Parts: sequence; structure tokens; C-alpha cells
Amino acid sequence: MTEIQKRKKAMSVSPLKASQTVGASLAFLGLQRSIPLMHGAQGCTAFAIVFFVRHFREPVPLQTTAMDQVSSVMGADDNIVEALRAICEKNSPDIIGLVTTGLAETQGCDLRGGLLNFRKEYPQFANTEVVAVNTPDFSGSFESGYALALKAMIQTLVPDTSPVDENRVGLRKRQVNVLCGAQLTPGDLEFVSESIEQFGLRPLLIPDLSGSMDGHLNDSAYDPLTTGGTSVADVKIAGESIATLVIGASVFPAAKALHKRSGVPEYRFNHLMDLASNDRWLSTLAELSGRAVPPRFDRQRRQLQDALLDTHFMIGDRRVAIAADPDLLIAFNDLIASVGARTVAAVVPASSPAIKSMRLKSVKVGDLEDLEKLAREHKADVLLGNSHATESAIRLGIPQLHVGFPQYDLLGGYQRCWSGYRGVRQALFDIANLLHAPHNEIAPYHSVYSQKRDVEATGSEHTLVESYG
Amino acid sequence: MALKSKDIAELLDEPACEHNAKSKSGCAKPKPGASAGGCAFDGAQIALLPIADVAHIVHGPIACAGSSWDNRGTRSSGPDLYRIGMTTDLTEEDVVMGRGEQRLYHAIKQTVADYAPPAVFVYNTCVPALIGDDVDAVCLAAAEHCQVPVVPIDSAGFYGTKNLGNRIAGDAMFKHVIGTAEPSPAPVIDGREDIIVHDVNLVGEYNIAGEFWHVLPLLDELGIRVLCTLSGDARFHEVQTMHRAEVNMMVCSKAMLNIARKMEDKYNIPWFEGSFYGITDTSEALRSFARLLEDDSLSARTEALIQREEARIRSALAPWRARLAGKRVLLYTGGVKSWSVISALQDLGMVVVATGTKKSTEEDKARIRELMGEDTMMIDDGNPKELLRIVDEYHADILIAGGRNMYTALKAKVPFLDINQERDFGYAGYEGMLELVRQLSLTIESPVWQQARTPAPWGSSSTGQALTAPIPFLQSTTDQVMVGGLSLKETSPLPSRQVAGEVG
Repeated sequence: MTEIQKRKKAMSVSPLKASQTVGASLAFLGLQRSIPLMHGAQGCTAFAIVFFVRHFREPVPLQTTAMDQVSSVMGADDNIVEALRAICEKNSPDIIGLVTTGLAETQGCDLRGGLLNFRKEYPQFANTEVVAVNTPDFSGSFESGYALALKAMIQTLVPDTSPVDENRVGLRKRQVNVLCGAQLTPGDLEFVSESIEQFGLRPLLIPDLSGSMDGHLNDSAYDPLTTGGTSVADVKIAGESIATLVIGASVFPAAKALHKRSGVPEYRFNHLMDLASNDRWLSTLAELSGRAVPPRFDRQRRQLQDALLDTHFMIGDRRVAIAADPDLLIAFNDLIASVGARTVAAVVPASSPAIKSMRLKSVKVGDLEDLEKLAREHKADVLLGNSHATESAIRLGIPQLHVGFPQYDLLGGYQRCWSGYRGVRQALFDIANLLHAPHNEIAPYHSVYSQKRDVEATGSEHTLVESYG
Repeated sequence: MALKSKDIAELLDEPACEHNAKSKSGCAKPKPGASAGGCAFDGAQIALLPIADVAHIVHGPIACAGSSWDNRGTRSSGPDLYRIGMTTDLTEEDVVMGRGEQRLYHAIKQTVADYAPPAVFVYNTCVPALIGDDVDAVCLAAAEHCQVPVVPIDSAGFYGTKNLGNRIAGDAMFKHVIGTAEPSPAPVIDGREDIIVHDVNLVGEYNIAGEFWHVLPLLDELGIRVLCTLSGDARFHEVQTMHRAEVNMMVCSKAMLNIARKMEDKYNIPWFEGSFYGITDTSEALRSFARLLEDDSLSARTEALIQREEARIRSALAPWRARLAGKRVLLYTGGVKSWSVISALQDLGMVVVATGTKKSTEEDKARIRELMGEDTMMIDDGNPKELLRIVDEYHADILIAGGRNMYTALKAKVPFLDINQERDFGYAGYEGMLELVRQLSLTIESPVWQQARTPAPWGSSSTGQALTAPIPFLQSTTDQVMVGGLSLKETSPLPSRQVAGEVG
């Protein structure tokens, strides 16, 4: 049982947290011809756009209900109707993800009421799905907002066939659902898809950021909506798959909702970031497909085993500080533990049910100032965190590995694949290289009796620390 | 909430701003579902955050600070407290139980205890404004307790746009900070005893990427002491002393015009508008100082400096000019004045085919016509689609715009230069022109455009999604996906892949 140390300070300093609203928006960006709509003031959206654009280096479709002074006080449910109309009229998206901000929630918005009014007033836009979800930024964090959005997506789009209709489950004999948690990058998702395809199965990722936010050039010059990702039509047939694979504890409730509606059997994974979880992933796919694990995976597994041996000299028993959303913390904690390193400082922006049972004595709910203190106190050797943590790493004088959201000072960070044998192997190499830096060497000792006559050499110290990115 | 409609109306009504006389205000109401751009909090924070030694606390739930702190555009020559994000990070319990005020009070105490800043700025945001936190009262009480100035900036996002936020910020400085301390006497520099040192302020200069450091040495040389730049690389004490300036320069922006006007009313400080973009405008700004300071010696020295610097930079630019002359530019700026950048580009012999005027005043437009001719294309509504259409129609070689439009340009495979505050390069002053030409040439002459525009020789789908599409397997195993007499391809035609192709 992990001890969760609650927030005690009045103020967050160097916040680690990104809002639920932003997390929920990201989930909707993984659907095709989609646009998230934030119910709040226009600044809420403007900040979120900057946040995403700096991370993905992509244009990001995102709109606002533009609450102003009058509607903030008198009620802004009409803004919902007006915003939905404007977006449908201009861009006719397949789906709009309607998410709330702290402002709208404090004001007491009636999300569903607004949506009903929109449907009544504008029946001509019936082809556009709208998924509404309450995601105020005064609770939870990025990860929980994303998970709430995913759950709402399923509850809105997947038909409820309970009591379970046995004939529907597995109707599509090669189709496998994957519910993808917030910690998965577009690179991870590519691995997920490719590994499933290797077994002759058809992956149905919900949502699929690798189709939309993977950084690709289209032929068209301008797209006001997402240009890839899971289609609404695909989400609707998730109940006909043979199985649902779930990655990330935060989306287990969404998986439960899908299972309840459809009866599709589910297989849960916290992550695919160590040998054991990948063994189970591939075994599950072999079982589902009735095919043997392709030889290439066997090869990759042996490569990872070799890397574990090679890197355990540098990583083993080292002290790691991690600042991340809960699922990512669990994943990296397992990864480094699998080579014998220890997490000595762990900070999450908000608690989650899953961290209570993770393999760690204590986790602090807090900010990067807390992380810095813990890391210093426990003499961490390396820091795992997002771009905001870069300054912390510099102040601590230890190397940093960029993980999580946002990564604006590292090109390509958004698409790095951490999953699968190969992803884990590369992560091990990178951590080992960071720890292998010369700053750990024993300082030369000059004997007072020495006959060496080379003291007049400058003796300038080698202070260059090789850091990732 | 603290800020009443009347106050907001008053802030929007800026007598010194030409927008006032027009029916279309620069601070128009945002439209639901069709809006871009920041809020009042965004504007207030951008305007004041560069004050480097101040602790900036954002009072609200996480979204306001969480998505925006540590934006690294502006530079400090010393303290970096401004880079540390601070927020009360309000919880649901705070909101429901009304504990926001308490949390804020303790947050201010925590800041003063841990960081000992010369002052604390508290930015109020939507949620506490809505539940009625009395931020002014908390700031007063905390200031008394901590014996440190605590300045409330009432900038709830729903009050209005970024522009309004700038004015709110300016107003807060005028009300609470300016005039609360006296400047120290200017030091006498050896060998320059005969030079009279003049004190000035620059309002609306943000020292993006440190670009003001291209200009500051020139002012030093002329004996012009900058009491304060509001707010690039500023210190709290400098803002306090702004009332002692002899001249205010409004740099490139109408945003904090209220400060210049109010300081003129209250302290009789004359002001002028100018810009440090381009050779012509940089020289013009220096001349304006000399003129308003009414110092003949300064005027003479200014002319000499201008002559020297212009000659130096023109010869340094000559080889670049040859490469850039005649290139066609579509300029769409947000905050930075269109006309000032136009003159910088014309200094390089480039052709500005069209320019954005969304935030320009009538006076600005007149200057644009003066610079570019009567028939110049002015873009009022620069939505991405429209911008790309104009790029196409006017055969522009490059789009120069704010960072928000960067990926619009790149996705359309159009060369792009970022001109707004998020950029990494400084273009101000004579010296900044060298960086500008380097960046312009780098993108316009880059070999990447050709490659990005070349289609795959085998003719791929328009989105290139075939990269991960399991097409081969589907073709080879159609027998396995027969469902109810229909193949998977018919019942579920891989919508995610195919529709993408049609849309793209």
C-alpha cells in the first residue's frame, strides 16, 4: 500500500499539473474530423491551444463558447447552443467534444440542457455527434480529464446492448478494441497498432492520436478539423469486437463502461513498459488471434534481455526522481525497477486510485518545487519529467529524461515510442547514457609525495553533463 | 466581482485611441464557436510577467497558470523569479466552501517567506471573480502582514479580450505602483561629465529574445537613461519610479496607451509612438527622443550616431539585400504594428503584398498607405483559410505572422517567419536587422520546401496513412473477415483510413 502524501502548501510553485479540461480535449483530438469545444472564456481555449501547439508542433483544432461577463453571471447555456451551431455550420465535423472549464462549472452550467436545446433548435445538424463531459479544472488533472472524456465517448457513441447480446460480441472476428490511456504517445500507439496487425487482427484504437497528432503533412493546405484518428463509425462498432485491450489504469473505468454496455471481454494493462507486461501483451494477442507470436518479437525480446544485462551496471541501484501523472509514474517506476533502480522521489499533480497500490512506499501529491525538494533530500541521480522540470534538473545538477506533457524544448518528444520491447530497450539505453556521464567519476588525487611533475597543467574540471535533448 | 461593468467600459473607452471614434471597437465581443485569441487574464499576465523580480501569483484553478507559465519569450538580465509559476491551484473544496481568499492569503505569505520578492502581483481569474473573492482586501491584509507591496490585478478572463487585459495591467500599475518611489540619481560616467542625462520610459517593450539589448547600448551612448521599460527586463523599483521620466515612448502597441495618457495628465510627461523594427523606424525613434527632450547637444549626437549606425548596418546588410530584394511578403501581425515591420522589410528591398490591419488604427492604416501605396491589400479578418488564399493569389514568397499561424503556413508548405512574442530571435534595433535577414533567408531559401511539395513517386493516398494501414493483411485474409455474408470491407470500410483520404 503506497502512502499518499497530500498537498499541504497553500500555493503551487512551478506547477506540474495540467487541467482536466486540456486532458479531455486531447482525447477528442484522437477522433477523426473532430473538434473539442471548451465551455468557458475564450482564454481557456487560447491557453490550451498554445499548450498543445508547443508540444505537438501542429495546428490544433479547438473552439470556445466564449463566455463573457454577462453570460458568466446570467447563464451561458445559450453560448453552448450558439457555439455548436457556428461550428456545425462552418465545418460540419463528425464529432464535437464539449468539455467544461472551472468557470462554466462554477457558474452552474447545464451541459446536457444546452445540448438538448441545440438538438431541438437545429435538427439539421443531427449528423454531428456531440459528446458532453464535465471536466472542471479545480479537480483531477490532465489524466483524469482524458479518462472522463474517453468514458463519455463510449457512453455516448457505443450502443448499449445490455443485457449482453452474445451474437454481437465478436461479430467482427478479427477486430480488437484498444482503450488507450493518456500516457500513450502517438509513437506508442503506432506500436500498439502494428503489434496487433502482426497477429492478423484489426486494431480499433479509441482514441487514436497516432492518426491525428503524429505530425504528418497532408495534401490539403488547411484543415479546420482533425485529419485522422478513430472515426465515429468505428467507435460505434466497438461492441462487435472480439476483445478490448485496455492500457492505463486511469481508463479502467471507461473499460468497465464499455464492457457493461457490450459484453466484449476485456484485458487490462497498466502499461507496456517492461518485459513482463510486453510478454503478457503478446501472449494475449496470440491467444485472441489463434496465431503464434511472430519470430520478430522473439528476437526483440532477446534484444531487450541483452540490454537489461548491459544497462543494469549503470542503472542498477540508482536513485530516480519522477514527476508525472499517475499512470506514467506507475509505468516508469516499473521500468526502472525492472533494472534494479529505485524511485526515491515521486510527485503526481493529483491522486488516482491506481497509485495507492503501486510498487512504491510513498507518493507526493504536489508540484515541481516538491519534487525538487524530495530529489535533493534523497540524492536523486536522474530526473524524469516534462519540459517544466528542465529548470529543476538544472538546479539539482542532475540529468533529465523528458517524459510526459508538455515537451516544448525537445523536438520529437511528443512521438517517442516507449512501449514494446524495442521502446523499453531504447529507454534503458538513454537512461544508462545519462547516468554514465563523467560527473560520477572519482576526482584525481595528487599525492604529496608524488614524483609527477605535471601539476602545472590547467586541471580544468570536466563539468559538461550530457543531458538528453 | 470586483471589476464592475462600468469600470470595464471605462477601460475600453480610451480617449487617446483612434478606435474609440469608430463603431468597430478593437475590443469587440467574442463570438461563441468562432473565436481565437486570449482573454483579459492572458493580456494582463503578458503585459506584466516580464517584471523579473516580482512574484506573480495566479489566483484560480490550475488551467490559468498550468497551461501558460514558463513561456520563455521575454528575457531578464538578472533575477528570474518571474519564470517560476505560482498559483493558488484552487480545489473543488475551495470553490464550494469559499476558501479561496484564505488560500490566497497563505499563498502570499508562503511566497514572501520562500522567495522574499520586492513585491507580489496577484492576478485574479474567472472562478474567484465569480464566487466573489475579495482579492483587493486579501492583498491589503497580506501586504500589511508581510510588509511587502501586494498588487491586485483584477483580470478575470471573461471581462474581455487580451487587449482589455493589457489595459487592466496598465491601470493596476498606474494605480498601485507608479509614483511610489523615487529614482536614484543617475551615476556620472567618467569622461562624459558634460552630457546631461535624460530619464525616459518605454511602455510596451517586452525584450523578446533579449532584443532590447540591441537598442539599450545606443541609448546609453546618447546619455538617455531608461528609468523603466514596461515591462521587458524590468524591476519592481523601476516601475515605481516611472513618474519621473521626461518622455514616454509607446513601443509598437496601443495596448497600454492608457498609461501614457494618464501619465501625461497627472505628471505632464509627453509621449510619442515609435518602433525599433527596421532601420528607418529605429532612427526615427531616436530622433523623437531628442526632439521631445529639447536638448540640442543630444540632437547633434543623435544625428551623428544615426549616421554612423545606418552606414554600418547598410553595408553589413548589402549581401543579404541582394538575396532578399524583390521577395514578396504577406505580413499578418497581431500585436506588433504592421507599419513598423513594413518599413523594416522595405529597408531590405522586399515587397509587402498585403498586411493585416485587424488591430491597426485609422492612423496606422494611413501610414500603411503612405508606405505601400493606395491600393495596398489590407486584411481585416485573417482566418487561416483566408491568409492562405491571399498567399496564393498574391504569389507571396513568405508569410510573416504570429506563432499561432506558424503551423497554418507550414501545413500549406509556405515559408514562415514568427514575428510575435513567442519567437526565439530578436529583431529590434539596427543589429536586429541582421538576425531578421538571416532568419528570412534561412526559410525562404531552404531546400525543404521542394521536398515537402514533392509527391511520392508511386502516388500515395493523400494523407499518407497507408504507413500503418493493415491493407495487405485485409486483402490476404478477406475470407476471415466475412461477417453475415458481407466482407468487413463493406460493413466497416476502414472508415478511419478511407474517409481521411477523401477529406484530405
